[in-house]
Amino acid sequence: MNISRRQMLILLPAAAVAWESVLAGTPESSPNYKMTDHWWSMLIDISKCIGCGNCVRACQAENDVPDGFFRTWVERYHVTDWHLENPEVISPDGGKEGFPSVTEDDNGKYFFVPKLCNHCADSPCTQVCPVGATFISPDGVVLIDQTYCLGCAYCVQACPYGCRYIHPQKKVADKCTLCYHRITKGLTTACCEACPTGARQLADLKNPKDPIHEFLRTHNVQILKPQMATGAKVFYNDLDGSVR
Amino acid sequence: MTTGVEGYMYPNEITLYWSVLIVLYPYITGLVAGAFILASLERVFRVDAIKPTYRLALLTALAFLVVAPLPLQLHLGHPERSFEMYFTPHRTSAMAMFGFVYLWYLMAVLTVEIWLDYRRDIVVMAQSSSGLKRWIYQVLTLGSNNISERALAIDERVGWLITLIGIPSAFLLHGYVGFIFGSIKANPWWSSPLMPVVFIFSAMVSGIAAVMLLYMLIMRLRREKIDMLCMDTIASYLFYIFIIDFSLEMLDLIHRIYEADESFRTLNFMVHTKLYFSQIVLQIFVGTLTPIVLLALTQVLKLPEIARKRIYTVAGCLTLIGIFAMRWNVVIGGQLFSKSFLGYTTYKMALATREGLLMSIALTILPLFILWVLVKLLPPWPEKVQSGTSAASAAN
Repeated sequence: MNISRRQMLILLPAAAVAWESVLAGTPESSPNYKMTDHWWSMLIDISKCIGCGNCVRACQAENDVPDGFFRTWVERYHVTDWHLENPEVISPDGGKEGFPSVTEDDNGKYFFVPKLCNHCADSPCTQVCPVGATFISPDGVVLIDQTYCLGCAYCVQACPYGCRYIHPQKKVADKCTLCYHRITKGLTTACCEACPTGARQLADLKNPKDPIHEFLRTHNVQILKPQMATGAKVFYNDLDGSVR
Repeated sequence: MTTGVEGYMYPNEITLYWSVLIVLYPYITGLVAGAFILASLERVFRVDAIKPTYRLALLTALAFLVVAPLPLQLHLGHPERSFEMYFTPHRTSAMAMFGFVYLWYLMAVLTVEIWLDYRRDIVVMAQSSSGLKRWIYQVLTLGSNNISERALAIDERVGWLITLIGIPSAFLLHGYVGFIFGSIKANPWWSSPLMPVVFIFSAMVSGIAAVMLLYMLIMRLRREKIDMLCMDTIASYLFYIFIIDFSLEMLDLIHRIYEADESFRTLNFMVHTKLYFSQIVLQIFVGTLTPIVLLALTQVLKLPEIARKRIYTVAGCLTLIGIFAMRWNVVIGGQLFSKSFLGYTTYKMALATREGLLMSIALTILPLFILWVLVKLLPPWPEKVQSGTSAASAAN
């Protein structure tokens, strides 16, 4: 093939532009997804959680979460009698492999509390980010632009729930994305999908047909640390007063 | 992974992210603000007794200010992205303003004030020196060689104005550092409106102590007589500001104890265990009460000069240790307990890493080295300059 000098002059910049787009990669398309139509949240039914750790394992597999850090984890509370202020809490390896069995020789109660980012509407973490690398999306998910994050860890300090960490390899803030890559395609989150008892339910507060509305009307639902006024959007059914 | 944890920590809380470098950051900016405020006492409030330390205080502030962003930079996961704070600052972030506050203070206040104050000397030295030195001084004149009386009078007036702007700026610089911590509602150890005020007063205490010690040390090295009137005046300022600082800290403490909110039991336990040495022993007894008592002695008793010198040296050193301990207790202490209030983790300082002990020692020594260069380049004491002036007039 003979290419003239003129053709070459046209082809070279064209190839450069094409190469740029190859390097940038193709954005994942979600053609039918409209961000402003959704306001995502999660419903967690404490009475249904059996502490199996499926959600933690599914999250780690789906999101390549580094060892020793957690986008979601499960805590087991042990509260005796009226000692609400002194619960005994464990979460061995985030509850990934379940929990040791208990001896029922006291009058206490045991229950499991799955935790994850609360995707707060007034999140302190997005407030403090010095460059705005972490933000709330129009559909109510708190996300991090990891190509922009400085790794200053101010957001880690600002989160009242301990949901954030600095990724040991990437050196940037990391946390639950509510499986944004899945929910924008009409799927549910990895943790919700893996939950064998349906204790975790992804919910869309803007969808009038979402069963969460009926659930919220008919149950005693609570959020974590309401005194922090963060506008948390992870709703807990049957939440014990000892949980913090 | 879970070693060093007592009780229950949220699993992501076990690692501390703000290391000893973040302890150094408020410590260093505090020294800057304190040294500057000491200098402004002479300039704005006409406290003539402390004139011998005026220029040294300014140079000390500059030496430490140049180093102040380094611990932050080294701590970042991606230091190469830090310029984004200037180009795309996030308006709701307390931290985003750091770059601007810092630049304002460095470029608009401190360097301008030093330059104006030294301009005459720089011009004289540019004329009297030779070789590389001459070239450096000529660059430093920035082409402004007019040292007529009228020009110097203008320098004086502008310098005074800059100092006047500089005082609130120094307060802003360090009060702002306090606000970075004080505005974190998730952390009850930090979250307090008193935090910026306590930071400002502790900054003044540490800066004044540092300049006092540096002055005595340099005079000793130069085998010159220490101006005791100057030292006595500085020590009295140190004493009074220390009392305000201590009162504010006690107010915070008493308020916490009396209010005893949901975090109190956890924090109280932490202070009595993990922070016992650094808070109770180092910060309160060794670093605050002892220097206050020592300084009070010099205020009440008529002590001989040698005794006062020794007391000032000891009190100054203890003060610097105490304020460092205070920064440590704020920064590290604020990360040792779980936000679940159910447990504690441990800070393990690395030795030779980017955020380790050796790096923090290097960052503490670096400003002293810069100060040495600055003192060589811009001698703070008049006698040196006078000899330069006489040499220059002889040359003329």
